[in-house]
Amino acid sequence: MDRLNQNKAPIHEALERFRQMRVVPFDVPGHKRGRGNPELTEFLGQQCVSIDVNSMKPLDNLCHPVSVIREAEQLAAEAFGAAEAFLMVGGTTSSVQSMVLTACKRGDKIILPRNVHRSVINALILCGAIPVYVNPEVDHRLGISLGMKREQVEKAINEHPDAVAILVNNPTYYGVCSDLKEIVKMAHAHGMLCLADEAHGTHFYFGKDLPVSAMAAGADMASVSMHKSGGSLTQSSFLLAGPNVNAGYIRQIINLTQTTSGSYLLMSSLDISRRNLALRGEEIFTHVRNIAEYARAEINAIGGYYAFSREMINGDSIFDFDPLKLSIHTLDIGLAGIEVYDLLRDDYDIQIEFGDIGNILAYLSIGDRIQEVERLVSALAEIRRRYQRDKTGMLTQEYIPPQVIASPQESFYADKVSLPIMETEGRVCSEFVMCYPPGIPILAPGEKITRDILNYIKYAKEKGCSMTGPEDPDIEYLNVLK
Amino acid sequence: MDLWFSEKHTPDVKLSLRIEKQLFSKTSDYQRIDIFESREFGRVLSLDGNIMLTERDAFIYNEMIVHVPMAVHKNIRKVLVIGAGDGGVVKELTRYSRITRIDLVEMDSMVVEACRQYLPGNACQLDDERVHIHYENALKFIRYQEEEYDLIIVDSNDPYGPSEGLFTKEFYGNCYKALKEDGIMVNQQGSPFYKQDADAMQRSHKRIANTFPICRVYQAHIPTYAAGYWLFGFASKKFHPIDDIDTESWNELHLRTKYYTTRLHKGAFYLPAFLEEMLEEVE
Repeated sequence: MDRLNQNKAPIHEALERFRQMRVVPFDVPGHKRGRGNPELTEFLGQQCVSIDVNSMKPLDNLCHPVSVIREAEQLAAEAFGAAEAFLMVGGTTSSVQSMVLTACKRGDKIILPRNVHRSVINALILCGAIPVYVNPEVDHRLGISLGMKREQVEKAINEHPDAVAILVNNPTYYGVCSDLKEIVKMAHAHGMLCLADEAHGTHFYFGKDLPVSAMAAGADMASVSMHKSGGSLTQSSFLLAGPNVNAGYIRQIINLTQTTSGSYLLMSSLDISRRNLALRGEEIFTHVRNIAEYARAEINAIGGYYAFSREMINGDSIFDFDPLKLSIHTLDIGLAGIEVYDLLRDDYDIQIEFGDIGNILAYLSIGDRIQEVERLVSALAEIRRRYQRDKTGMLTQEYIPPQVIASPQESFYADKVSLPIMETEGRVCSEFVMCYPPGIPILAPGEKITRDILNYIKYAKEKGCSMTGPEDPDIEYLNVLK
Repeated sequence: MDLWFSEKHTPDVKLSLRIEKQLFSKTSDYQRIDIFESREFGRVLSLDGNIMLTERDAFIYNEMIVHVPMAVHKNIRKVLVIGAGDGGVVKELTRYSRITRIDLVEMDSMVVEACRQYLPGNACQLDDERVHIHYENALKFIRYQEEEYDLIIVDSNDPYGPSEGLFTKEFYGNCYKALKEDGIMVNQQGSPFYKQDADAMQRSHKRIANTFPICRVYQAHIPTYAAGYWLFGFASKKFHPIDDIDTESWNELHLRTKYYTTRLHKGAFYLPAFLEEMLEEVE
């Protein structure tokens, strides 16, 4: 097949042509190029509202793309080395859910690490598949969950040979990669699909000397958060597929839950960002990597903090590490990650991605400059000087192996009762509890509630983690199975 | 020929100078640097279109940012100057024989080169043997200093743009750490008159007040700056800017000045009511 011209951005170009045509709108959206909502137009700008339009012949239709959107998908597929690419407008959450719903039906088993994003388990609630958790290794010093070891995956496969798919984080929020190529081989050898959550791995497809991307590793589907490291607008994402999955079926699955009014702001941002990365991605991510390496060196020179990276690689549970992630362990200065996260925002006007019990993550991407990194490093130095304290009594984040009693779907829809949270020990939870970000569940529907888990939730709440998931917004009560 | 340079002080107010000719114009890694020859104000240095100094009124700024702390703290020997690549502040400092070392941290070497060439009156003391120029990010430089300096002068550009980092809490905190136990930090604090400037001034005052036990603001009239009205911050670990001024010793130095006097020193700390209110609001 001839190489496509990655200089093209068909959706962007179609919108430019469309703007020139000055078409009179007697269709939705009702703001009619912004005229009907002057305050919104002033806030977002005329440029922006004038391309907030509906599907029509010259602009194609996201539900059934045949022209410019289809071309944009083909360009994206080529840029990412995939057989198929789908433009997604419901966030990477929708990519992950479509991926899982394509692979699993009611009652099917799926092998996955427990430190998945909530969107994965949400998909299991929707389709009724059964999770088979592989307990990730834990780094006890840092208190973070690592990747899946090969032998653990193999064990899960042998114990559940009827599983239909394996899902892998590539990488985890902190940047940890499992041995994806090997896991793909194992999956395929047992007739299973291999799915990758690449919400934090867009740059793997374009940067130099980075961990292997899912498509290059031979995975069957991957969800890529273009809006994270790739620079597109929030909520835009790609779902990629390899040659062994039926693309028409994936499209049907996507259309089960995706809007029929796909936003052209989001789609054009995907198109333009794909072009940018295809043309300049290597250079861009080399720059980001240099910034990350510099920041790590400076942060580690402060003392007390540990900005970890590729020295952690151990060939198995940390098969590879994403050097663009700036993850910093804070417990040695006597502060929880979430406390440093709050201080940075409240005292220093610096917003980072998240803080948990022992670590913070500063997200570096296409838009970063060294000036801002100097601010971050200096603020961390100040926080250490002003707030450092004895670290005894600080909890490290321990991985608590889940006890799955019932399927997520069954538990979510079952008859339930609401109890004060501290009285739920021993019951089966029917909802999620998680800190957001990162949005990795502490409890998922169908899991047994233990004393350890309750203590952990209490501690995280005390430290100021923002907890989400349960029906009760204050998280004083939990729904449990009757 | 009718050639004018205009700087917008707000979207609705501008200051315009008639220009004879443009002497220098280049864009560095950080900013656009221009030097003009003007009729009324002599040579003018502009960074990203904002006037940094003119030959005519630079003395006011330089004298006020240097002599105020120097008259309060008699044992200032080691000084750190941040920004100030034009050399005006350094020139004023080198008049004191008791100063043994001046570290100048300027991120943009092109500013220094341009000023050496076109503003020699300002830059003439940059080769003084006590002066050590460091071309690097000030936040980074100061992170590595601890109880080193008697005086830090922050001669920054506006808070919007490449100097933004010099108006932050982390920067002021690092300055505190870099000062000796009786050290003083003086900074240009912007103008309190127009809304956007006033907001930035309040924000930085709040951050300094949270960092230093003594934190006062003083004023001067500088024609080419926004509203012709400019503020400086005096932050100190020990010395009070008025109670601890040593008038006699300073006057015995017999430094000839055009703006600063020890009488004006005290007066400069007496502020108009609206400004007192603004400062109290954030203290």
